[in-house]
Amino acid sequence: MDKILLLAHTLDDGTLPKGAYESLNAALKLAADLGGAAVTVGLLGGDVQSAADSIAACGAASILVVSGEDFATSRYSSDTVAVEALVKEAAPTLVLAPTSSRFSRCLPGAAYRCDGRIETHITGIKVVDGTVQVQRWYYRQRMVATLSRAQRPWFLVIDSGVFEPWQGAAGTADVKALDIAVDDSCRRTRVVGVQTPDSDAQTIRPDAKLLFVAGAGWTKKQADGQLHIKKAEGLILDFINNSKASLGSSKSLVDQSSEGEVISFMSHLNQVGQTGSTPRHPKGLATCCHGEEPHTVGWRFISERRAITLDPNCGWAQGKADVLYVADAFEVIAKANELLAK
Amino acid sequence: MSGGFHIVVCGSLVPDPLQTLEPIDGPNGPALKNEMMLPAVLDPWAGHALFEAAELAKNVPGSKVWLVSLGPKAKLQQLMMSIAQKVSFELVAIDGSAGGFTDPFDVAAILADAIVKIDGLDRSRLLLFGGCASASRDSGVTMQMVAERLDIFDQFLAVDKLTMSSDGSMEILERIEAGRYQVSSCDGAPAMLGWATGSLPEPPNNPQVGMMNMRTVMPALQKAQTAQIGVGGLSYAAVELPKQRRETRVVKDTPAEVVAQEIVDWLKA
Ligand SMILES: Cc1cc2nc3c(=O)[nH]c(=O)nc-3n(C[C@H](O)[C@H](O)[C@H](O)COP(=O)(O)OP(=O)(O)OC[C@H]3O[C@@H](n4cnc5c(N)ncnc54)[C@H](O)[C@@H]3O)c2cc1C
Repeated sequence: MDKILLLAHTLDDGTLPKGAYESLNAALKLAADLGGAAVTVGLLGGDVQSAADSIAACGAASILVVSGEDFATSRYSSDTVAVEALVKEAAPTLVLAPTSSRFSRCLPGAAYRCDGRIETHITGIKVVDGTVQVQRWYYRQRMVATLSRAQRPWFLVIDSGVFEPWQGAAGTADVKALDIAVDDSCRRTRVVGVQTPDSDAQTIRPDAKLLFVAGAGWTKKQADGQLHIKKAEGLILDFINNSKASLGSSKSLVDQSSEGEVISFMSHLNQVGQTGSTPRHPKGLATCCHGEEPHTVGWRFISERRAITLDPNCGWAQGKADVLYVADAFEVIAKANELLAK
Repeated sequence: MSGGFHIVVCGSLVPDPLQTLEPIDGPNGPALKNEMMLPAVLDPWAGHALFEAAELAKNVPGSKVWLVSLGPKAKLQQLMMSIAQKVSFELVAIDGSAGGFTDPFDVAAILADAIVKIDGLDRSRLLLFGGCASASRDSGVTMQMVAERLDIFDQFLAVDKLTMSSDGSMEILERIEAGRYQVSSCDGAPAMLGWATGSLPEPPNNPQVGMMNMRTVMPALQKAQTAQIGVGGLSYAAVELPKQRRETRVVKDTPAEVVAQEIVDWLKA
């Protein structure tokens, strides 16, 4: 009989990230599909009691926790020790966890230590004739595979937005704390802080309804034969602030940032596409882009898509976007900003 | 750091991102149509790792860079024609599939084995570099498992910046959620860094560097061991291209204010 361990870590404020609730839901659903497998929750963080309380009603067989100062920060050496201990205690066949920077760093090594195997960026899980099959994308979102493995424990790291978050009343959770000792060899690395971009540069908003993708066209000569980069900056910034959008960029546009005259608040972190990110948002609007990357790969996980480009023959938007506006993005976004500001 | 670092970069080839890819059923599991014919490039994030390694080696006297590549020998040779001109390194080639459908657990075992066998490698000075994920499998798990096999327990993923102090300790910036960086300090080597974009532009071609590298590249390719690598413990039920094609409504010759209104209505819907 399968046993499922759902792993989650807290954020700095002691809460669980949204992905943790989504993965919890995935774990409960999988347990039901497997004919009633037991689900254990394993929590990791500085102080995890309130996080445990928030899922007290989820029906888990038990909630195991590893907490304390050594586990407050996201660090490979201590996180792998914690996960290894949780897996030993729960003895699961399947380990589910949400994708996060913390888990992406530590779970592969932890799976190795548990003599397990790991698949990441899971976008679907189903049970076919008693076999667990998962779905994930290959070649940077160009093709999708359905696969399984026999080796256990099998770690499945689930992308955000794939499952609905679990919802239920908070309560008082009965947790079992594992007493894990971390020695100095785990403290060779110290997390010293977090760098947050300046407030006007904080343009990446994973929970935004809209992904606004800016392409290199914003920095090209316009109808009057001139560059209008400052104007482009103002229009883009106003638009994402007015619409509370997250800002994505094509590679061409961010590559210019190393070359001089550019959109100042744009960096490689904004890049979408094969060598950038493929964020998940309900809507996407591409502007001044021409290419497969921003139109196909970059918005693979965008549900409703629209594009603005001057090029009526932009073959990349055709068949990929729901609506293609052949129009001047400078004019359209200026008008849209007026409307949004009202 | 006295004596410098021994920097081992794991990186191989991927199909040029601008190619159209089509999955097929191969004799040993899924593969790409015309895989051997597709133009290939150095896996982009591994490429950034290589450029960062070369820069670090230049700045810390006594350092040395190895590039450990698992890929089909003939294609690795082609790839070397372009990247060997960029930065100095010594190639360690392993002949086998570089495809995305192989089992990363087995790939990690092969890479770790090749690294252990590197002549003259001082593992106390080892910085293991690679990409934070490949553009083929895109799973971001291989480097951690290689590092585990080499007993390296200070690991960093999605690194954009590494700053060395004169005492060998380092400050590392890793990408985390919402466009932020986690800043860590680490006592020093050995450590594993899975790079994101880094902060260096692609170096220009330098024929002199190319000539130097080629002296070791050709022998490395000749003596490349063959590795049996396939889907391993994975069984694939299906690999498909996304079928969905959208009916695109094209709006043209429409005043900007009308387009803007339509977009704003859509955003608010
Ligand atoms: C190894 C490798 C990795 C890659 N990875 C990525 C990746 O991760 N992400 C990515 O995006 N690309 C990637 N690419 C693809 C590549 O960089 C493309 O060239 C790029 O995506 C195209 O960018 P763009 O659409 O911004 O620019 P362009 O191709 O220059 O397009 C500009 C567009 O703007 C339009 N335009 C100009 N002015 C206006 C206006 N006033 N109003 C409306 N439209 C206007 C033009 O008509 C044009 O269509 C990769 C390529 C390689 C080789």
